[in-house]
Amino acid sequence: MSDLTRKTAAELAELMTSGQASSVEITQAHLDRIAAVDGAVHAFLHVDTEGALAQAKAVDDKRTAGEQLAPLAGVPLALKDVLTQEGVPTTAGSKILEGWKPPYDSTVVQRLKAAGIVILGKTNMDEFAMGSSTENSAYGTTHNPWDLARIPGGSGGGSSAAISAYEAPLAIGTDTGGSIRQPGAFTGTVGVKPTYGGTSRYGLIALASSLDTPGPCARTTLDAALLHEAIAGYDPMDSTSINQPVPAVVEAARNGDVAGLRIGVVKELGGEGYQPGVEARFHEAVELLTKLGAEVVEVSCPHFEYALPAYYLILPSEASSNLARFDAMRYGLRVGDDGTNSAEKVTSLTREAGFGAEVKRRIILGTHALSSGYYDAYYGQAQKVRTLIARDFAKAYEQVDVLVSPATPTTAFAIGDRIDDPIAMYKNDLCTIPSNLAGNAAASFPCGLADEDGMPVGFHVMAPVMRDDLCYTVGAALESALAEQWGGVLMTKAPELEVTR
Amino acid sequence: MTADVLEINDALTQYDPVMGLEVHVELNTKSKMFCGCPTEFGAPPNTQTCPVCLGLPGALPVVNARGVESAIKIGLALNCEIAEWCRFARKNYFYPDMPKNFQTSQYDEPIAFNGWTEVVVDGETYRIEIERAHMEEDTGKSTHVGGATGRIHGASHSLVDYNRAGIPLIEIVTKTIEVPGDKAAAVARAYVSMLRDLLLALDVSDVRMDQGSLRCDANVSLKPRGSSVLGTRTETKNVNSFRSVERAVTYEITRQAAVLSSGGKVVQETRHWHEDTGITTSGREKSDAEDYRYFPEPDLVPVAPSREWVEEIRATLPEAPSLRRVRLQEEWGFTDLEMRDVINGNALEPIVATIELGVTPAAAKKWWLGELARSANESGQDLDALGVGPTQVAEVQKLVDEGTLNDKLARQVFEGLLAGEGTPAEIIEKRGLALVSDDSALIEAIDRAIAANPDVVEKVNSGKPAAAGALIGAVMKDMRGQADAAKVRQLLNEKLGI
Repeated sequence: MSDLTRKTAAELAELMTSGQASSVEITQAHLDRIAAVDGAVHAFLHVDTEGALAQAKAVDDKRTAGEQLAPLAGVPLALKDVLTQEGVPTTAGSKILEGWKPPYDSTVVQRLKAAGIVILGKTNMDEFAMGSSTENSAYGTTHNPWDLARIPGGSGGGSSAAISAYEAPLAIGTDTGGSIRQPGAFTGTVGVKPTYGGTSRYGLIALASSLDTPGPCARTTLDAALLHEAIAGYDPMDSTSINQPVPAVVEAARNGDVAGLRIGVVKELGGEGYQPGVEARFHEAVELLTKLGAEVVEVSCPHFEYALPAYYLILPSEASSNLARFDAMRYGLRVGDDGTNSAEKVTSLTREAGFGAEVKRRIILGTHALSSGYYDAYYGQAQKVRTLIARDFAKAYEQVDVLVSPATPTTAFAIGDRIDDPIAMYKNDLCTIPSNLAGNAAASFPCGLADEDGMPVGFHVMAPVMRDDLCYTVGAALESALAEQWGGVLMTKAPELEVTR
Repeated sequence: MTADVLEINDALTQYDPVMGLEVHVELNTKSKMFCGCPTEFGAPPNTQTCPVCLGLPGALPVVNARGVESAIKIGLALNCEIAEWCRFARKNYFYPDMPKNFQTSQYDEPIAFNGWTEVVVDGETYRIEIERAHMEEDTGKSTHVGGATGRIHGASHSLVDYNRAGIPLIEIVTKTIEVPGDKAAAVARAYVSMLRDLLLALDVSDVRMDQGSLRCDANVSLKPRGSSVLGTRTETKNVNSFRSVERAVTYEITRQAAVLSSGGKVVQETRHWHEDTGITTSGREKSDAEDYRYFPEPDLVPVAPSREWVEEIRATLPEAPSLRRVRLQEEWGFTDLEMRDVINGNALEPIVATIELGVTPAAAKKWWLGELARSANESGQDLDALGVGPTQVAEVQKLVDEGTLNDKLARQVFEGLLAGEGTPAEIIEKRGLALVSDDSALIEAIDRAIAANPDVVEKVNSGKPAAAGALIGAVMKDMRGQADAAKVRQLLNEKLGI
């Protein structure tokens, strides 16, 4: 039954409902696929075989007993290793948390469990979600299933690689500056950053609290919407959670009617520095939407050019504070505790050994940016930029319903290519960062392959706060139009991975 | 070689002290400031914790609305403005028992600011300006094991209890207090004492200084007399009794004066107060440049108390304790001295409660300051821990009013109550204490007294009715005090025809 791994989540749910497959069969098929290909891809840090099969069996039992189940009950999923799951190792890609088993479930995990979604295991990521390539993981790089010599994007490279390698039909990512959308674009999959506050951060190991947003990764727009609906909604455990009904994302993904929709192409996100193949696919997609009846205009967001520097002040500032709790005292790694060192020394030895170079770089940067005397010049100024960017969005949304751009300036680059050039790496998040700063909804949808390298290109849609449904409307329209050209979703064009077993 | 300290009077002839007081108050909310954990004092270590107050990776705070309400109450009672919009901030620093290694506190946007209050010392009223009252969370508590002193130096290891981590605190900060130097220490004490009464009346804290639910940091600096240039200050941390506040301020004045008068410089630092020796010792040096890297707490949305809510809270505020005392003294007709005894004896609240049960102020005061205060003193207990409350006092007084007991018997009933012998009725029964109201028993005793004292009877008959007092005494003795003296006199007078 290996073709079970080629099905979408919606199809798998249908198979279970009609009794053609059980969750245990489906889960086992994906576990087998992981065993076969993950040696080459390295999407997973931890596979919870026993736990997943037990969850699958529980769902099957309920279904047999005739219980009413949630739409995705029994469908397997890969979870980014930054969300706590009770009793399952959670490292955030860092050595400092090696071996830590959280005593509690994050809200996202609680909701996944409540929906009967089977968690296969934890996926690889850049350490504490700092990075755009998943090369910063303390546990080794994840490879892009489209081309194993390339990076899958970051920080959620493991999640996007898992779904594009058919190791799971669904995955959860977290997006602080593009960590769902950029790997989505690089792996030819759908990645959605919900509205900030639309999904709960409780149990999400914080990178930058004011930016972090958990969201769905999938191979189709509808799958992403189904997962979105399962995890979204108000959570009293998260003070920044929005107490409003979840936007009708599933309905939007099913309809995908863009006739009359006003779409703004952001002038500042394109042109110089953008790979020609990326630009070409983007413009073709825009034309396609025009043909489907959307009104397309060019829109200017003049402050977007300051988004990157502002982001790289706010993020490290918050991160430096959030990471202060990793002091070697209560959980995770402890180095030098042999009775000869003071507690302070143990903390510093542990941090020296437990944090990677990128994490240290950002802690130092953030500590400096927050220190008195520099606060106003750096953090304070960055917050002002943030306000200006939010105003750019607000003004743009007076003219249009959604904004669009390429999801990334380039396609997935080669492993090792940019690892020694942090600024080049940071620039990859140029298009995705403004939505995090403003808290808007945004998503990346596959829109073809670049001519130069045959790698996937992502189409980026940004929508106002709590209008996540508009992203899905555009994504669904694009997906069905392109499917006619491709004979299915883009993923079907991905090369077969060599099976190692 | 210079003296460690100057005599306080010598110090004050040369220098004027300037004070600032920071009082930390633990609120008595049922749950912690940012999570639902209980706040009960004295629970076994680490039994009142959750991912949030343990600062586990991923956990997020949520503001306790009760904590905000208490902060507003305190702010209003101190005549502060209440912020229409304020935020929490992170105060980043390392502390072994602080789970997140930052404290969620308020920085430049406190919930309450610009207030004032008054204290009275030796009949003089002093106005204290309040800079701010802000919300924050307490830290955990470390116990250092294996050393001789219980301090970290010399200890082999430390144990950390996170039960206290996340308990809501309000920090009340005064503006600079400049009062005549000879009053400074007394004003500091009076201020903390006034705060305690106020917080009790507001019912926002247990204000148990011995349990650390009210802690005072005293900032003291000296300036040469007549100068307007502020000196270098020290901050004496965690002083936890009224008397210690007074002593610590006095000590710092005399110590700093000695340093300055010998040409030395006061070091800006935190200092530890030692209750046993009455001195302060150097803690860590604290410079103005200490950098907490404050920034708005991104995990919490701003707090924006509506004006309606603030006004609702204002309407429920109790009368200020200082004003209430003036009113009660007037209503009760007590002299200044009597009122001071009541307050110093911590008997105000029980007396109020007793009077509310229908007892006269004089009688209530008599029992609480007499029998009960004496017993509390002897056993070193608080009045409210005696096991005798306003209800029982009122019950006993009712028996006195009805003529079942006289004062002497009533005292014996209290004795029984304090010894836990049961209800007043049971004690009267057990100890056989009720007044004898049976006329025939009294008449028999009178007859015996007359028979035994013919000389007294003769004196009375010969026109000296005052001599009858001796007969009354004899009857009372015969009745072992359990007779109503007035009744005896009446019956005796009838008998003797006077």
